[in-house]
Amino acid sequence: MTIEPLQITVETLFPNGIAHYAAGGLLIGLGVTVIYAATGIIAGASTFLESTWSYVSSVSRFNTPKYLTSRDWRVVFTVGIVAGAAAYALTLGAGGWTTDVQLWRLFVGGVLVGVGTRVGKGCTSGHGVCGVGSGSNTSFVNVATFLAFAIGTAQLVAALGVSP
Amino acid sequence: MSDRSPAFYGVVLLGGLIFGFGLGLSQMARPEVVLDFLQFEDFGLLFVMGGGAVVTAVSFAVVPRLFDRAPLTGDTFTRRLKSFDRNVVIGGSVFGVGWGLSGICPGAAYASVGIGNYPILVAIGGMFIGAYAQGYWRSYRQRTDATVSPAD
Repeated sequence: MTIEPLQITVETLFPNGIAHYAAGGLLIGLGVTVIYAATGIIAGASTFLESTWSYVSSVSRFNTPKYLTSRDWRVVFTVGIVAGAAAYALTLGAGGWTTDVQLWRLFVGGVLVGVGTRVGKGCTSGHGVCGVGSGSNTSFVNVATFLAFAIGTAQLVAALGVSP
Repeated sequence: MSDRSPAFYGVVLLGGLIFGFGLGLSQMARPEVVLDFLQFEDFGLLFVMGGGAVVTAVSFAVVPRLFDRAPLTGDTFTRRLKSFDRNVVIGGSVFGVGWGLSGICPGAAYASVGIGNYPILVAIGGMFIGAYAQGYWRSYRQRTDATVSPAD
């Protein structure tokens, strides 16, 4: 009597199961750990956007020592992310795919993500994984904020009938 | 590239490979899955961020006890503790709207390229434009307003 409703609830909350989500999350943390243990660097994904601009832009914000000294390894880290995902697609992922989400959503969303992660000092990996893993109150506040706004936005867009 | 050792870049590459494989496996590189999460249709992504954060929490606690300094750089081990100011909330809000609209965040977007999802390049282009715009604006403000607090 008590087991059946629980199963229904779990299947409703996690229609695709949880194993690959949890395993993927553990690997994301492991990737951060490998770099941290060897170099002391806490790698996030979004600083790459700013540090890479320093190669071509003379805007002072991009040419601070923080970005100039980290831009090379951030490129290598990002190349690794692309290659690692390709390795997944070619093995367990059983080939590639493309998204159906409309291009204007990707573009406008991308611009806002670019502004927001840089103004807010991090993204889902920087704050969400590394910052939360550090027990940082700043990161807890940032994550709660972006989750609330993302949920509100996604629900609003869906309510307006925009799909996908 | 610079004066850092090949081993340094090798480890960063290896970490990126694992990180990217994890983003693929976790399905975060798929905007539709993120949007399903945000619309409360599949809460699996809680295990992605949660799983990642648990691993980093253990690492940040254990690694500094194993080594005094990082083997490849000699740097000390720290935690990711950024100062809090209103930018954290403003940036988080803007990021949240962008994430909720597109279903994509920086690391997941790079991973998505590796999966062959070429339309995601539009989102990455947008991210670079957004990052440039805020950098240009901050530099402009710093030039024109000497009293502005230093950027983080």
